[in-house]
Amino acid sequence: MPVDIDIAYVARLARLGLSAEELAFYRDQLGVILEHAAKVQEVDTEGFEATAHPLGIVNQFRPDEIRPSLDRGEVLAAAPATDGVYFVVPPALEG
Amino acid sequence: MTTVWEPVIGIEVHVELSTQSKMFCGCEVTFGGEANTKVCPTCLGLPGALPVANSVAMDWIVRIGLALQCQVSERSVFHRKNYFYADLPKNYQVSQFDLPVCRNGWLDVTVGDETRRIGIERAHMEEDTGKSLHQGNGGRIHTATSTLLDFNRSGVPLVEIVSRPDLRSATEARAYAQDLRNLVAELGVSDARMEAGSIRFDANVSVRPVGTEALGTKVEIKNMNSFRSLERAIASEIDRQVALLEGGQKVRQETRHWDEGAGATHSMRSKEESSDYRYFAEPDLLPLVFAADQVEALRAGLPELPAERRSRLEGLGVAPHTARALAQAEPELRRTFEEAVALGAPPAAAANWVAGELTAATRRLETPAMVDGRSLFRLIEMTEDGRLSSSAAKEVLVEMLRSGDEAEAVATRLDLIQISDTSALEAAVSEVLDSQLEAVERYRSGEQKVLGFLVGLVMKSTGGKADPKLVNQILRQRLG
Repeated sequence: MPVDIDIAYVARLARLGLSAEELAFYRDQLGVILEHAAKVQEVDTEGFEATAHPLGIVNQFRPDEIRPSLDRGEVLAAAPATDGVYFVVPPALEG
Repeated sequence: MTTVWEPVIGIEVHVELSTQSKMFCGCEVTFGGEANTKVCPTCLGLPGALPVANSVAMDWIVRIGLALQCQVSERSVFHRKNYFYADLPKNYQVSQFDLPVCRNGWLDVTVGDETRRIGIERAHMEEDTGKSLHQGNGGRIHTATSTLLDFNRSGVPLVEIVSRPDLRSATEARAYAQDLRNLVAELGVSDARMEAGSIRFDANVSVRPVGTEALGTKVEIKNMNSFRSLERAIASEIDRQVALLEGGQKVRQETRHWDEGAGATHSMRSKEESSDYRYFAEPDLLPLVFAADQVEALRAGLPELPAERRSRLEGLGVAPHTARALAQAEPELRRTFEEAVALGAPPAAAANWVAGELTAATRRLETPAMVDGRSLFRLIEMTEDGRLSSSAAKEVLVEMLRSGDEAEAVATRLDLIQISDTSALEAAVSEVLDSQLEAVERYRSGEQKVLGFLVGLVMKSTGGKADPKLVNQILRQRLG
């Protein structure tokens, strides 16, 4: 069963700039995946509870205890731009 | 015919929990502090890091839900809310979607004499984002030249409380926000300081012709950092929408920023062109199950809530508006009240003192001070037995706060104790009567107002320290 996909919208949501060829390529590729999902959806699940997780366990918590954090120098070393204290990024909103 | 417009307002509240550690990692929850020092692979969204939920945060959201009369879901699931923003390092926020922890609650809100029940749609658990500092052009978000990021706040437990669109005025929205803030503070689960951002309010505002059911186009307003600005922002947004509609224009669905200086909202043109969050169940976190006995144990641990306290106070004979003020007063003030009443102070009088003069006086002080219940009880006793006039008692209270001394000592030092000893007053009255034979004659021949003159003379002869009520009484007896 073919699935209709707005691949340009999906790419925009994922912040991917794709060429026309790439859009066509991924439309086909994603289409196969979605067709599979559509097939799975045909299964009659009446009477089954929705599953959020494949494991049977629930309620895995940690105690509210402070653990050591990372060294700032080490953390910022991985950033494209910093001022030694903060991560620096382009402004978030258009003027 | 002119249309009368009805505002329809819903409020979203974000409460930062004051747990020791973050929601999904062991980094310390701090306010302020050196930027980017309370971070780890989990809250920085580094590949491979796995979250584990904080057990205390889970208990606390249930406490909040129960205090808001919510149902606690037997089963609840975390979801990923996907969007791109620089303060969100994973490009998704762990939040909840169709299975929140708490649902269907309410909070009663009173404005003037009217109390209305405001529905709570849900309260769900999520994580806070990092903090952005906008650089350049005075730090304004619209004209910034670069943005600095601090991830100390990233991953701090956040509870979002969503009301139903049940609020009908800016004033009511403010009352709801304040009551909710006080409730959360009461529960001890958050600093709930609006100015520090530990509790944040967004409002959804629309208007519709009064009497109609269909909702108008809603606008979300953000960036209100005081209750006053929340009220002003909503009022201004209502006016803007009404003006648009009356001018034949349409309201556009959007997010608007409140500009405190300009006293108006303005459109936030976000680069984010879609709010398609593509929620899906968070595979890194296991489902949550809340057993009935665990929920009941948390319910039993709830403190007395402001609404319950208010009706208890009214039951003690405290006037409704005083009961309301006292029910939401600072804990230290309430403790003083409870102690004074336990010692035997009349509840109505003690409530008036605490909600009135004591609250006002402590706010005026430069250094924080408080009187305990015993001291207040003694002060009230002195006014009840006539040794202090009510105006003198106010003066004594302020000095008690300043000096830490007891009412009796302060009143003596300030020479404010009224002469309420009948024999002492009898002598003063006799003296006045003996020297005012003519006035006495006039009073006896029916000139009632002479009494006031005679009371004045006795007050004068006692240096203003006589209890005027008692003087009046004695004079009437002697002249009678």
